[in-house]
Amino acid sequence: MKRIGLPSLSFALVMLYLFLPVAATVLYSLATEWNSTVLPEGLTLKWFAELYGDPRFLQAFGRSFVLSFLTTVVAVVIIVPAVFSIVVYAPRMEKLVQLFVMLTYAVPGVIMAVGLIRTYSGNGIPMIVITAGAYLVGLLPYLYQGTRNSLLALHARSLMEAAELLGASRWQAFVRIIVPNIMSGIFVSALLSFSILFGEFVLINILVGGRYETLQLYLYNKLSASGHVASAITVTYFVLMAIITSLIVRFTRRSFARKEVS
Amino acid sequence: MKRFASMLLVTTIPFFAMIALFLLVPLLSMIEGSFQAEGGGGFTISHYQEIFSNPYYLQAFENSVLISFLSSLIGIIAAVFAAYAITRFPQSLQQRVLVITNLTSNFAGIPLAFAFIVLLGNSGLFVLLAKQLGIDFGQSFTLYSWSGLTLVYVYFQLPLAVMLLYPLYHVIQKQWMEAAELLGASPWHFWLRIGFPVLFPGIVGTFSILFANAMGAYASAYALTGSNYNLVPIRIGALVSGDIFARPELGSALAVLLGLTLAAALVVNEWLTRKIRRDLS
Repeated sequence: MKRIGLPSLSFALVMLYLFLPVAATVLYSLATEWNSTVLPEGLTLKWFAELYGDPRFLQAFGRSFVLSFLTTVVAVVIIVPAVFSIVVYAPRMEKLVQLFVMLTYAVPGVIMAVGLIRTYSGNGIPMIVITAGAYLVGLLPYLYQGTRNSLLALHARSLMEAAELLGASRWQAFVRIIVPNIMSGIFVSALLSFSILFGEFVLINILVGGRYETLQLYLYNKLSASGHVASAITVTYFVLMAIITSLIVRFTRRSFARKEVS
Repeated sequence: MKRFASMLLVTTIPFFAMIALFLLVPLLSMIEGSFQAEGGGGFTISHYQEIFSNPYYLQAFENSVLISFLSSLIGIIAAVFAAYAITRFPQSLQQRVLVITNLTSNFAGIPLAFAFIVLLGNSGLFVLLAKQLGIDFGQSFTLYSWSGLTLVYVYFQLPLAVMLLYPLYHVIQKQWMEAAELLGASPWHFWLRIGFPVLFPGIVGTFSILFANAMGAYASAYALTGSNYNLVPIRIGALVSGDIFARPELGSALAVLLGLTLAAALVVNEWLTRKIRRDLS
């Protein structure tokens, strides 16, 4: 008796719309020839073999990995302790931090690029360093939210009071008690940060361009060359994102589960 | 007291230095640059005058606003129903569907543009299919037209819209529906008179976020046709990084105007978010 309602129909269409491009790209990366027929004429792994044998791809992948990884680590090292001391010791400064978070979130890459070029281009600092600096700020919303949630869930303020009453110094308490306890939450935010940077194109394209070819730039350059290889790149990228997402889900669950026990 | 000060200082100085160097200084420099004559002359508002009198740049704003508005509207209408459908699934399935939806949000920018080329490009899957069926899109539709670009924009709006709308439905409680039903209201009546009015500020707030998201989008359009689409972000990118026609001051003025548009959209969102009734749950 249950007829298909508007919500279910809409849900199915949205999912179909979201999946079709993914499915088509996967199929295209495995197709031998696909120029005139509706379905590919045969299946092959040769595009992936070609891609993984291309040193330019490996270098681009390596550059993306190094850039995203190092920037994420530096961002965690700068942002997490700062958010900690602001949340615990200077809560009145939080309004200011939230203003910056809003600002970062509201200013798209293309606007940031204009300001960064005006400020830093042509004075000797390599633009890749400037790009990495802009990435640090770009990660602020995600790391701020992640750190803040972890600290609040931990009742960091009372923990610090207790530790100090027992004679620990602030740094000791932070390193020995707070850090281990917020680690899994920070790890989730760091994974998210890494995946965001891995997919970044706007800043690296406008500020650096071909001088530091990341995976996204490599994909852009391959678009006109070979559709099959380009889809192999896209599939590789998407698989990596899927792995990171599943790690995020697993670690989020784990940290939730632990909190419920404690 | 000294130890207190030292920890706060040591941790926040690098933090605020980072924000100053890579957020505040560049933004201020951009605003200052937009009022500067080309090549470092004195104060001028000529760049703004040029934008407001040059049909090319006005067209870019019109195009950006139109495609952002349209893609946000389509995205939000589809997501309002789809997010509601998700809330009716069993709990564990809901989480799984949200994770998958979130995963597709990684499909943005260059990879997304490419996936649409595979589907709808000149020898795309659907174009071939249509040919076999004897349908000729001909001039009426290509991926590289505005309608094609709108489809790409709708794609990256959908996951965001679903993720933002989904939590809103938790405000609406089962008991309300039951009470309304007992009092003789049809489901249609319930949604029209109670459900939708409660959700409305959240929906408009989400709309403004989608709008801002599309206004600032650069990579997808750039990947499809380079600098051919006349959109504000594309114009800005071309003005600041073009090798021959670089005019960073004019680019700065465009960027300031785009920033003001986004700020307006987000102020609307802030204002409406405050209107969401949290006293009901």
